[in-house]
Amino acid sequence: MKKIYTRPKSLKTNPFHYCPGCGHSVVHRLVAEVIDELNLQNKTIGIPPPGCSVFAYNYFDVDMAESAHGRGAAVATGIKRAFPETIVFTYQGDGDLAGIGTAETIHAANRGENITTIFVNNAVYGMTGGQMAPTTLSGQKTTTTPYGRDVALEGYPIKMSEILALLEGAVYIERVAVNSPANIRKAKKAIRKAFQVQIDHLGFSMVEILSPCPTNWKMSPLESWQWIDKEMTKEFPLGVVKDRTGRADAD
Amino acid sequence: MKGFIEISRELCKGCELCVSFCPKGVLSLSDKLNASGYLPAALNDNGECTGCAVCALVCPEVAIEVYRG
Amino acid sequence: MNGNSAIGEAAIRAGCQCYFGYPITPQNELTEYMAAHLSRRKGCCFIQAESEISAINMVYGASLVGARAMTSSSSPGISLKQEGISYLAACELPAVIVNMSRGGPGLGSIVAAQSDYFQATRGGGHGDYRTIVLAPSSVQELADLTHKAFDLADKYKIPVILLGDGVLGQMMEPVEFKHEAPAELPVRGDALRGANGRPSKIVKTFTSNPAELEEINWSLFRRYSLIKRQETACETFLVEDAKLIVVAFGIAARIAKGAIKTVRSTGLKVGLLRPITLWPFPVEKVQELTKKVKHYLVFEMNMGQMIEDVHLALEGQGEVSFYGRPGGVIPTPSEVALVISRLYHQKGLK
Repeated sequence: MKKIYTRPKSLKTNPFHYCPGCGHSVVHRLVAEVIDELNLQNKTIGIPPPGCSVFAYNYFDVDMAESAHGRGAAVATGIKRAFPETIVFTYQGDGDLAGIGTAETIHAANRGENITTIFVNNAVYGMTGGQMAPTTLSGQKTTTTPYGRDVALEGYPIKMSEILALLEGAVYIERVAVNSPANIRKAKKAIRKAFQVQIDHLGFSMVEILSPCPTNWKMSPLESWQWIDKEMTKEFPLGVVKDRTGRADAD
Repeated sequence: MKGFIEISRELCKGCELCVSFCPKGVLSLSDKLNASGYLPAALNDNGECTGCAVCALVCPEVAIEVYRG
Repeated sequence: MNGNSAIGEAAIRAGCQCYFGYPITPQNELTEYMAAHLSRRKGCCFIQAESEISAINMVYGASLVGARAMTSSSSPGISLKQEGISYLAACELPAVIVNMSRGGPGLGSIVAAQSDYFQATRGGGHGDYRTIVLAPSSVQELADLTHKAFDLADKYKIPVILLGDGVLGQMMEPVEFKHEAPAELPVRGDALRGANGRPSKIVKTFTSNPAELEEINWSLFRRYSLIKRQETACETFLVEDAKLIVVAFGIAARIAKGAIKTVRSTGLKVGLLRPITLWPFPVEKVQELTKKVKHYLVFEMNMGQMIEDVHLALEGQGEVSFYGRPGGVIPTPSEVALVISRLYHQKGLK
């Protein structure tokens, strides 16, 4: 028998600190596989956020630098403009990208910065204990919406992929999920395409990834993976939101 | 197609996703805790594994290596 | 040329590769100069960012990959940048931040003031850190200290603040640029540029281990001690026989010099101490002066900020008086001369 699946080279062997069933673990692996496949390990710089994934630098075996909360798109802009030969990706949560980082994200996309954004949307602020996020669903209970999100008071879940798609500089935006084998395969394709957009100097690309947070959703891993299909995709439909690359897929 | 998988006991967090998604039902939780206090998944080596690698695809911990041949 | 433009030209000649800014009075000529002159240079980048916060984070990104990067703003915008500056200091990344300060607090005024002294010299953002602070008092010095700022930032891997003000920025004076722009843009040696032929590197400020963070803090402060020993700078004017020394920085020092010349012509023995590095503050020079001179008049365009550093340096070995005008009101040399004479006679100095 031949070994047909093993850990990607760009993923260090450090055990993940993420909770059982957490989407970050899957997404990290997919991004590392793409970095390997596209041969980007020695020219990639990754920018993780504050949040559960602040420790992403312990897992990706590429140059990595912290960013202040929400500022990933600005940091990546500075990197890419100063050193265009690098491949830079930001890895951001929903609070980071859609809350505090809205301005930076919108304007980086608007300028068509040639960066790739991995946007992990789990509808909650994970690391700080489960508070409402900009993408929390209406009626969803969190520690700061103990009675369920009331859209009259707290606004509606924000759809960043659709918002960014309105901007000329945004070239490729797709929403995927990592809650089933089929979805994980599609997510990887989208991530690969997003990196290819950067390699081809086409502009701003983003993959929004609906991701399970069993701990803060107070579910088992399997229940959380199912909740994405049952509830999240009703608010955040999966699929290509914008594609001006002129290609069906990464290749 | 015959297959075989190796699960790293100490990396596994017992999330049971591989158990749920395995199309052949050849995975289940072991009854021996690992050092982190989880019951890790294990292969029932009854020869039914086809090496489809769905378990490795869903495993968040990259704990599974897959062989096929 | 005007002060703001002189900063821009000096930065270009220092090999500045990236400028990220945002419009705010009274420094817009600098942003516009960089738009006109930096943006078209090969390999260089100018971005008018969406906010001062974005701009400082772009500087962080550019500095990470080894570029000489700079941003500028005025007081309220510098407030916005504080988190970013704290990150730069924590990551030991060089950067140049220009503050052409204006009246505050709040939206304040658009004219010159010196009320950002504390903000500049005490770190300014959260956590224990310092940035080198340079205080020019002429357009020539704006140019010279801008160049020096880039060199110091790289040498000590620290953000450097150039603390100017609205008057200096708008003044038109002749400038001599002592450097040519480098043929190749400098790239810092230890920069993050992809793990090519070396293990991957991590640049971070967070740790879950207090002992690790403690050591990081000690390490930063060991470097700050080195900077204090090697880079403290000040100017003295007519202090050799002085009975009273005026302590002032930036534009206030310019005004004070005029006032001192006036009172000297009436026989008063007054001198000036002008700190050029506000951090590190010229403590040794003060302690040397205080062996002979016991009377000091701190003159600043604020409610009393540098005066605290003067007190700390004097360690009670002298008497300190204060003359301050906040809000952007610019005192005239004759007004200050009057204050000096009154104080001189009040203290019974001959």
